[in-house]
Amino acid sequence: MPALPLDEAGKYVAGAYVAFVALILIYVAIIGAKIARIDRQIAELVAEDDE
Amino acid sequence: MYSKGLAPLAAATAVTITTAFALVFFYAPNDADQGFVQKIFYVHVPMAIVALCGFIAGGLFAIRHLRSGDSSWDLRSYVAIHMSIILGLGVLVTGAIWAKASWGHWWVWDEPVLVSFLVVFLLYCVYYPLRFSIEDPSRQARYSSVFAIAAGAFVPLNFVAVRLAEAYTHPRVLSQTGGDLPGDMRLTFLVSLLGMALLFVTLWKLELTAKHASMQLKRLRNRARVAA
Repeated sequence: MPALPLDEAGKYVAGAYVAFVALILIYVAIIGAKIARIDRQIAELVAEDDE
Repeated sequence: MYSKGLAPLAAATAVTITTAFALVFFYAPNDADQGFVQKIFYVHVPMAIVALCGFIAGGLFAIRHLRSGDSSWDLRSYVAIHMSIILGLGVLVTGAIWAKASWGHWWVWDEPVLVSFLVVFLLYCVYYPLRFSIEDPSRQARYSSVFAIAAGAFVPLNFVAVRLAEAYTHPRVLSQTGGDLPGDMRLTFLVSLLGMALLFVTLWKLELTAKHASMQLKRLRNRARVAA
C-alpha cells in the first residue's frame, strides 16, 4: 500500500501512542489504589494496636 | 527491600521516555516507504522486545527459585511475567493499529511475526489460572516456576522459528549486520528501547514493592489476631 497522507496517518500514530500512555496510566492508577489500600490497612492496624 | 533506588529509576525512566518521544517526533525522519505511520515502530517494537525479554527473565528468576527454594525469586518471576503480559497487551493493540494503517486490516493471520507473538501472549495468559488454582503457597510457587521455565524457553525458540521463516515475513529492521535503519532512526529506536526497558524495571520494582508490603501486612494481621 502507498504511504498514507499525513492527516490520515496522524490519527493512527496518535492512536498508538495514546494507547501506550493510557495503558501505563491505567496500570499506575491500579497500583496506586493498591498502595493506598495497604496504607489504610496499616493505619487501621496501628489504631487497633493503640487501643 | 524492593523499593531501593526506585525514585531515581522512575526519574531516569521519565527523562528517557520524554527524550525518546521528542526524538520520534522532532528528530527521526519520516520513512521513505511508509511515511509518518512508521512512527508507530518506535513504541511498538521496543515494547515487544522488552515484553519478550521480561518473559525470559521470568524463566531465569524461576530457575533461581527452584535452585534456592527462596520464594522471593518466585515473586520476582511472577511480577516479571505480569509486567510482560501488560506490555504484551500494548504490543497487540499498537500492532493492530499499525497493521490497519499499513495493510488496511486490523489483523493479518498469515503474518508469522504477529501470530507468533499472539501465541506467546496466549501461552502466558495460561500462567494466571495455573498459578491461582493452587492454594498451597509452596506448591503454587513450584508449579508456577516450572511453567515459567518451560514457557521462557519457548520464547527464544519461537523467535528462531520466525527467523527461519524469514522469506515469508516482513523485512527485518534490525539484524547482526545493523539492519536497514539509518543512523538517526537507529538512535531514536535505541533511546526508545532504553526508555521502555527502564519503564519495565521501574514498574516491576513498584509492583514488587506493593506485593511485598501487602504480604508483610497480611503477616502482621495474622500475628495481631493470634496475640488477641
